[in-house]
Amino acid sequence: MTTQTSVDMTNKKTLEIKNLNFFYGAFQGLKNINLDINDKKVTAFIGPSGCGKSTLLRTFNRMYDLYPGQRAEGKIIYHGKNILEPGQDVNMLRAKVGMVFQKPTPFPMSVYDNIAFGVRLYENLPKGEMDERVEWALNKAALWTEVKDKLNKSGLSLSGGQQQRLCIARGVAVKPDVLLLDEPTSALDPISTAKIEELISELKGDYTIAIVTHNMQQAARCSDYTAYMYLGELVEFGETDQIFMNPNKKDTQDYITGRFG
Amino acid sequence: MPGEHSSKQYDMDLETIRSKVLLMGGLVESQFQDAVSCFRTGNIAQAEQVIKADENVNNLEVSLDDTCSHLIVKRQPAANDLRTVMATIKVITDLERIGDESTKIARAAKSITERGVTTINHYETIRVMAASAGDMLHDALDAFARLDGKQAIELIAQDEIVDHEFRSVMRTLITFMMEDPRTISGALDTLWVAKAIERIGDHVKNIAEYVVYIVEGKDIRHTDYAASQREDRTTN
Repeated sequence: MTTQTSVDMTNKKTLEIKNLNFFYGAFQGLKNINLDINDKKVTAFIGPSGCGKSTLLRTFNRMYDLYPGQRAEGKIIYHGKNILEPGQDVNMLRAKVGMVFQKPTPFPMSVYDNIAFGVRLYENLPKGEMDERVEWALNKAALWTEVKDKLNKSGLSLSGGQQQRLCIARGVAVKPDVLLLDEPTSALDPISTAKIEELISELKGDYTIAIVTHNMQQAARCSDYTAYMYLGELVEFGETDQIFMNPNKKDTQDYITGRFG
Repeated sequence: MPGEHSSKQYDMDLETIRSKVLLMGGLVESQFQDAVSCFRTGNIAQAEQVIKADENVNNLEVSLDDTCSHLIVKRQPAANDLRTVMATIKVITDLERIGDESTKIARAAKSITERGVTTINHYETIRVMAASAGDMLHDALDAFARLDGKQAIELIAQDEIVDHEFRSVMRTLITFMMEDPRTISGALDTLWVAKAIERIGDHVKNIAEYVVYIVEGKDIRHTDYAASQREDRTTN
């Protein structure tokens, strides 16, 4: 019985992507993607620019809905429901599937309000509980000790690395299931990058994480699974160790060894 | 090396490593052939040359280790490139040891000749075994140069032949020693030589296993993978 449970735990899926196609108007950005995002694991997406990594990530919380002319076909099953169906509550979905972008995007308000803003959209917390939530989220994002004395200062006054961790704290504060990170460290220096990577490995205890990165070593370091994409297709998906030591496809090998193009 | 990197310098770095390994392999191969040859002829000058040549082999090992470390820090190799670098670091250790074993053979040749211990034909005892090990070494370097996994798997089996020949040499020498105690001194020297050749067979087997690792990405050390592959091929 115990063995059965542990096997189930390791194979539990948060998102099941089935026959997913994505269109930017007439251009097809994703071609028949089939993939499972495993629960409480880090899945990395690698591939050259324009291969569809970010597009795929943006379908997981229907970020593309904000742009007319973009549409997705197929299924993304989350908690037994296809989130691509028109009836889906997109705001609730985005509370459960948070996203952090390449450039830090703090709101032009205090550090405290940056965190509280998102929480107020979904919950009506008394002041004391809100204070606790803000501290909890900043702690989760390994930022609390650095900003606890400047909670009333503008979020924009923080360094780039701190701003990015603030954005992660903002994402974490609404207690999502999934965190989508779209090149979260590409604008950061090596020390801030190391802190974010450290954070990723701590956060995966509680959250399912999908990360898009151009830094191959980063994918090798922080992820459990890696997907290599090219021209809108999923070329290879597997355990990160296997992908970086001995990939099955020659195309994957050429890309990760720098023989591409 | 399959395909070219976007960075030409990376290709050149890898090619430098590869050609240095082959240079080292060539040196070790002739070191072994010369050692066996002076064991046959009793040429002391040649034996001393073999012992001296070991310095070049050692220097190449140090230099290659350094080149590999630099490549890792500069390029962070992945997949087949990483396997090539990791395997190279291991292969050169085995090559260096083969060099050491060859100097042991040269020292034994010198010792036997200087002491004039010529009651038995020492060379004839180890001739077949030395030829097998020499062929294996040549083929292993060939498999490394051409990244030929099939040839490497064949080689792994041949180590058993050398081991078998070693046991046969040992029995012959024991017979000599029992029949005539005056042969004991020379027979013991010959036994050390046979042991050195047997060890060279083991090192060659290791090199063949690293070639399989580079080509197929499988670590087959301490497994019977090679045997199962050969069986598959004979049944199909």
